[in-house]
Amino acid sequence: MKKYFSFFKMHFVCGLQYRMASLSALTTQFFWGLMECLAYRALLESSPAGLPMDYQALVSYIWLKEAFLVLFNTWAADKEFFSVIVDGGIAYEMCRPVSIYDMWFARNIGGRMATAVLKCIPLLLVAFLVPKPFRMSAPVSFGAFLLFVVTMLLGAGVTAAFCMVVYMLSFFTISPQGWRMLLTGAVDFLSGNVIPLPFIPQPYRTVMELLPFGSMQNVPFRIYSGDLAGSEIPAAIGLQLFWLCVLILCGKMICQRAQRRVVVQGG
Amino acid sequence: MKRNVKLYFLYISAILRGMMQYKLSLVLMMIGRFVVAFNGFLGIYFLFSGFTQIKGYSYAEVLLCFSIMQMSFSIAECIGAGFNVFSGMVKRGEFDRILLRPCSPILQILGTRFEIGKLGPMVTALIMLGIGIKNSSISWNAANILTLIFMIAGGVILFLGLFLLGATVCFFSIEDTTLIHILTYGAKDHGKYPLDIYGKGIMRFCTFVIPYTLIQYYPLQFLLGRTDAWWFAVCPVGTLVFAGVSYAVWRIGMRRYVGCGG
Repeated sequence: MKKYFSFFKMHFVCGLQYRMASLSALTTQFFWGLMECLAYRALLESSPAGLPMDYQALVSYIWLKEAFLVLFNTWAADKEFFSVIVDGGIAYEMCRPVSIYDMWFARNIGGRMATAVLKCIPLLLVAFLVPKPFRMSAPVSFGAFLLFVVTMLLGAGVTAAFCMVVYMLSFFTISPQGWRMLLTGAVDFLSGNVIPLPFIPQPYRTVMELLPFGSMQNVPFRIYSGDLAGSEIPAAIGLQLFWLCVLILCGKMICQRAQRRVVVQGG
Repeated sequence: MKRNVKLYFLYISAILRGMMQYKLSLVLMMIGRFVVAFNGFLGIYFLFSGFTQIKGYSYAEVLLCFSIMQMSFSIAECIGAGFNVFSGMVKRGEFDRILLRPCSPILQILGTRFEIGKLGPMVTALIMLGIGIKNSSISWNAANILTLIFMIAGGVILFLGLFLLGATVCFFSIEDTTLIHILTYGAKDHGKYPLDIYGKGIMRFCTFVIPYTLIQYYPLQFLLGRTDAWWFAVCPVGTLVFAGVSYAVWRIGMRRYVGCGG
């Protein structure tokens, strides 16, 4: 366990060193969030029935989404991992007395968290300062904030575990680019990154909430603003734990099968 | 001029022949991009299952608008891919080589890339156009069809102008050159709604700073039959002025270019 924690720490510190959040990336994300807030306000103003989510909760959801983008995205997958598979470096990785899966999982989480920590501070700071209707609100209660942190970690775990399944599958093909794009494109929508899941009509909404992708960003961001509350929370956390275990087991199984038949073609 | 056009087509045919050697990866890339773009459509589809209109624009009208923006952006991204990798060319010193040749630098930059894969979102755009046309009450007379073509062509010119501006930034700074993405990808993503829904501030920016309204808001008003004034329909021609300005800035940048190794 200790060695995997060191891998986590290594990548975390590494991320803090080299991935200084660039100003232009932050500006881009801030602008994206603002435009989304404006679009939903237009929607709110032109519909008498109102939005399926409180507007303030929605604004918080949007800012959290931008601030913690790197924690939950599946498209900016670890390039290092793919290059190791393609250029044969995997042979060295397999010589180490560690499990490939655990090592990569620790690295993945570490890299994500480092970038998220760097990015979220300036973005949230600005989000708390913009004028009123678009200002991010504080969490509904201290308890909700704690649950937000816990479910965010679980959600990041589910995301990383899902990415690991994708990585492990790429052992079976040399050019994984195309279908990886296809898969991550689908996740983008199913996890509530394009539009928050409460906007999806039933019965699709229930299905999407039950899928592993509904256990990623959907849960913490909605707990933060009180959109998800009461008895729904334990169920959501239970589902997160369930998917985390299932995805890790799946990933480990594929990893074992892959390791048995890995053919290094040079390097 | 004739020589340049011929040269450009020679470049493109060479690139295409190269790409055809990797057909599967090309097709998968296109499908992947199609899925990503399709998310945008799904978003609007599900949003409008709960709402009937946004600031007076119906589902079909929003789809038309989104489709036109998506189409012009994909075409511009396919043609202008060279501009988007220009910072790499400058860093590797390839641009110095380009300058040595007795041929227009812009032609050579455009000739290095032609990314058919970027046309994947066109499929989504065509689907949206189809649904938009079917559900809207626009009568497709010659004037309206011309307006539609004007909007797409104007959009291609505007986005190419923006890509050129983005490439020009590399002359002044080779560090952080991605800020232009706000203006290009931002317009593609957020231009799905007619710009007036975002409020006055954004409208002003999109008219006087970067003239997005020329290819979107104004001609759209004519297309949707909200105005009879014909000059709304020919607004996209104004993007030529914008492209001219971009070119002038590019010339200024090129004059002070000193190379950066390679």
